[in-house]
Amino acid sequence: MSEIGSFALLLALGLSAYCFLAGIAALFDKDAVSARLGETARRAGIATFAAVLLASFILVTAAFNDDFSIAYIFHHSNRDLPAAYKFAVLWSGQEGSLLFWSLLLAGYGFVLRLRYKTDQRLFAYASVILASVQTFFLLILNFAAHPFAIMQGTPPADGAGLNPLLQYPEMVIHPPMLYLGYVGFTVPFAFALGALIMKYPGDNWIRITRRWTMVTWCFLTIGIFLGAHWAYSVLGWGGYWGWDPVENASLMPWLTGTAFLHSVIMQEKRGMLKIWNMSLIFATFLLSMLGTFLTRSGVISSVHAFAQSSIGTWFLVFIALTLAVCTFSLVENRSHLKSEHKLASLVSRESSFLFNNLFLLVACFTILWGTFFPILSNFVQGHKVTVGPPFFNRVVVPVALLLLLLTAVGPLLAWRKTSIESLKRNFLLPAIGALAVGGLMILFGVRPWEDPSYFYATMAAILSALVIFTVISEFLRGGRVIAGKTQQNLLAAMVQLCHRNTRRYGGYIVHFGVALVVIGILGTPFNKEVEKEMGLGDKIEIGPYTLVCQSYTQDDNPNYANEFAIINVFRGGKQITTMYPERRFYKASEQPQTLPRIYPSFAEDFFLVSDLYLVYEGKNETNLRPIIKAHVNPLVPWIWIGLIIMVLGTVVALVPNTAAVRVSATAPVRVPAQAGAGD
Amino acid sequence: MKSSITLQLSFRKVLGHFSFHRCLQAVGLALAVIVCMAAGDDSGRFKNLGHRMMCTCGCGQVLLECNHVGCQSSDKMRNQLLTALGRGDNDDLILQSFVQDYGPTVMAAPTASGFDRVAWITPFLVLALGIAISVHTVRSWKDRPAPDLADGIAIPCHGELDEFRERARKETAL
Repeated sequence: MSEIGSFALLLALGLSAYCFLAGIAALFDKDAVSARLGETARRAGIATFAAVLLASFILVTAAFNDDFSIAYIFHHSNRDLPAAYKFAVLWSGQEGSLLFWSLLLAGYGFVLRLRYKTDQRLFAYASVILASVQTFFLLILNFAAHPFAIMQGTPPADGAGLNPLLQYPEMVIHPPMLYLGYVGFTVPFAFALGALIMKYPGDNWIRITRRWTMVTWCFLTIGIFLGAHWAYSVLGWGGYWGWDPVENASLMPWLTGTAFLHSVIMQEKRGMLKIWNMSLIFATFLLSMLGTFLTRSGVISSVHAFAQSSIGTWFLVFIALTLAVCTFSLVENRSHLKSEHKLASLVSRESSFLFNNLFLLVACFTILWGTFFPILSNFVQGHKVTVGPPFFNRVVVPVALLLLLLTAVGPLLAWRKTSIESLKRNFLLPAIGALAVGGLMILFGVRPWEDPSYFYATMAAILSALVIFTVISEFLRGGRVIAGKTQQNLLAAMVQLCHRNTRRYGGYIVHFGVALVVIGILGTPFNKEVEKEMGLGDKIEIGPYTLVCQSYTQDDNPNYANEFAIINVFRGGKQITTMYPERRFYKASEQPQTLPRIYPSFAEDFFLVSDLYLVYEGKNETNLRPIIKAHVNPLVPWIWIGLIIMVLGTVVALVPNTAAVRVSATAPVRVPAQAGAGD
Repeated sequence: MKSSITLQLSFRKVLGHFSFHRCLQAVGLALAVIVCMAAGDDSGRFKNLGHRMMCTCGCGQVLLECNHVGCQSSDKMRNQLLTALGRGDNDDLILQSFVQDYGPTVMAAPTASGFDRVAWITPFLVLALGIAISVHTVRSWKDRPAPDLADGIAIPCHGELDEFRERARKETAL
């Protein structure tokens, strides 16, 4: 079995290398021989996918068959591991995750090479660049991190088991989503570099890659949020984001990717920022690679990192080479990327995009800086320092607030120049609404002047409200116009408005989701927690809840033994639910794991929803009573709702526009310039 | 009558500029407060100090947030912190004693002295530099002379522009 897997990997390497080399050779000439050579390169690229798919299939099959003669399966699986997690073994360790990465890249390449007729020459360039990245990963898989390495001696009877932290349903989908995002950015990168090298006329490559980029961004967004939700649901410290280097590594390409999605509109609409956009997509790809390097090199300590290995050097060399190629191509072809227009005013849509990019990049730089500062400190001072949550919260939050302000203001600015009068007209009501939210917070007892975290929370609430109100006002403005013209109701008119310019209104929906995410985050300073040993009938009072310990017991199954408490939750004298905070002991890996239980109070609070979050901390060894830590985390559920809305917005943005609405000749024509026109 | 209208217009213009500048000043002040605000919570010193230090067991979590099963370090450190608070030690002394016991990596963020200061300053420096370069770029682009127009095309002057704006506003009013 493992021999077939090894052969498939070797074959994939050969095919990918051929695709790369023959593809380059074919690009030099435009004669019939070169065309045939190019076609063989394309087919080799397609076959690479089949070979990598075969290797992945064999590794997963080996996990299901408990083939512990393969070292990777021994280290990451065991006989009693549930089937879903045996499937997840593919990306649970260093070698498997690299194979999975390679599979996704080959999958993207497969789709790209099938769609080559869209623009044969550009696709040929993109295919070659994609093949170079593919070859790099296959080289690592064949020579540095082989997933089919065989155990020495007699195969063990059972495996060492999967890390307990990874035995959670979201772990089956979080890494694939994140990897789809990371790997997916290779496609716009390949098109961008290809277009630059071949001096592709016009900006058609951007239109070709627009959907790739949005889908990729969406996957990365889902991956990051699923990771946060996993941390919240499994790690049991009551939070969802710890500014860990590996978390940071996923956020950096997301920030530059978001900047690219915005500034690319400038290139499409106004022919501006061409060099900037190229640099952004290069940076996004390089940051994806840097993230992989951080996770696998051991250069930075992180709970998420794989074991330290030699492949860090491979990545470092690859990143350096890619950077050199990108820089050289940019410098060599800069004359091809001249802007067609200039900025006319500081108060314009163009400027808002420029500053949006600036703040996103400053946030990205800050995270990069904070992540690598321990290394710099070690170099300069001779000792490492920790750069943890207090640093990031204090430095990134102000930049994020500026970004939120632009999210509210930017969409209402006109292209080229916006007058103060139009700003006043568009912003008066949303601004009053946002300030009213701030006033309400103070009325309900939030004192922003008492603590910086309350100040940030109040500012974030005001700005989020501003974003939400401006989005709503934009929908209402356009919806009313269409409703007036077509005699539809307002809701139907707003749906039609979305259809007319899906990208613009999809983008607004994404902004709405972002505002909800911020609302979810701003509840952090108001978190409450109580820890108590709970005997039968003992109570914990926290926030509006009374927790009563009904019982505590234990259970056993082939995969793990567990102990848990049965806690009845009362609110206003009425029992609302029963929760079972739990602690497991996984037999194969001999590792314990707490499993918090979460109750979101939608039924009781809705807008001011909070999570009741119970953790089984351990037990008193003398009287065997459980120690329960209870948290009340206000507003957190809005984060996950915000994510759903962001994804929904991206899906809307991906839908093609419908034709403009037909207007009856007799109907009064009163169409505002903003309604459904432009981005 | 005419002079009264002119006076009204110029007053409105001045008022417009004044309020706009006031708005800018207010925004600037708010930003300065956001950027410069530092933690100064006197209550909950345990919570505050516990969030300024890391657990040293290798979990990579802030001291008061480390909950991993059977962690020896965080319990010991929390007790040490409680003892120090009970003794009446001030915050600096407590933090120094932790640094002495566990090394500089126990602090959850770089300090505000020596080379560590660079960690704090650089992001804001980059932000300020970025804003300055962006503003300068927009201004320099804006101030460039307009290209020559083809024959027969005339750019509307201020009065005409206002007229066009008013017309557009009327036609697009809701």
